[in-house]
Amino acid sequence: MTTTHKVSIWRGGAEGDYAHYDVPARESQTVLDVVTYVQRHLDPTLTYRFACRVGMCGSCAMTVNGVPRWTCRTHVSKVTGGGELKIGPLANMPVIKDLACDMTEFFEKWQKAQSRFIPTKTRKNPMEPIKPDTPARVAANAGIECINCGVCYAACDTVRWNADYLGPAALNRAWTLANDERDGGWADRLKAVSDHGGCHSCRSHQSCEAHCPNQLNPAASIAGLKRLSTSAYLKGELK
Amino acid sequence: MTKPHRKPLWYAAMAHRLSGLALSAFLPLHFLVLGLAIEGEAELDGFLKWTDSPLVKFAEMGLVFLLTVHLLGGLRLLVLENFAWRDSQKTIATFAAGASVLAAFAFLFQVV
Repeated sequence: MTTTHKVSIWRGGAEGDYAHYDVPARESQTVLDVVTYVQRHLDPTLTYRFACRVGMCGSCAMTVNGVPRWTCRTHVSKVTGGGELKIGPLANMPVIKDLACDMTEFFEKWQKAQSRFIPTKTRKNPMEPIKPDTPARVAANAGIECINCGVCYAACDTVRWNADYLGPAALNRAWTLANDERDGGWADRLKAVSDHGGCHSCRSHQSCEAHCPNQLNPAASIAGLKRLSTSAYLKGELK
Repeated sequence: MTKPHRKPLWYAAMAHRLSGLALSAFLPLHFLVLGLAIEGEAELDGFLKWTDSPLVKFAEMGLVFLLTVHLLGGLRLLVLENFAWRDSQKTIATFAAGASVLAAFAFLFQVV
């Protein structure tokens, strides 16, 4: 049985290299456990992000053996098959240092997609009853558990090819809001997601769906936006 | 730093694009043959006789394959983007690839 893991971790910014470490193997060890061990016992200058350690905060995503993953919920045994563990920062975002990448653009694109809730009522109005089984609410619920980890953005070929593309997470959020009957921001959001770099830029490779740690399907959400956008255009609602 | 991780539907999209490029590269040759028909019957007949050679028939099988790949790939995208979402995209892409191979061989068996 393996008693240590051979681990390579990206060190540096955009220019850098993988450094090698031997990390003791533990039962039920996660990739985040490995990174934490390196920082606490082998090299305290290692930079990485994490917070909740239970798959809720979306801050610990990294590239593990070539695949973007949430590291707190990824067991080492699942990804190495007894071999080496190679850990790098997420792709499609500038590297700040080591495993921490700059997510500014990722979040700015959420704003650009108008992916924020615009209330139609005030606190003075009575609570609005929302039926859980309407088709729109079912569609919204299917995409609502996004934790903003950036895994889909890192996995997306269109993001890599087109710097203006808003990305799967922002568009998925736009789709959930499009199906939220309490929201009043659809007119501006429709323009934003139909514009250059919006939903029509998606090439439907479905890497976002393949890699989403919460098993969401942003590709289906984007296809939904494409249908809404096309329909609005045909009705003359979109110039 | 890290290589992109390819998934089956990436290959489906790439096959669709490359088949389109290959078909558009073939198009000038197609127009050239049509041009021969305007020049005269003898020129066209001479060329058509040349196309009876086994090597050309084999190349035509490739052309049928490319056409079917591009047609079915395009239909898959149209359905994906304009109708209710289906989860079985990988299966649909696999069937499209299989149907393209079958269509190509069906053409070859028909002309041989």
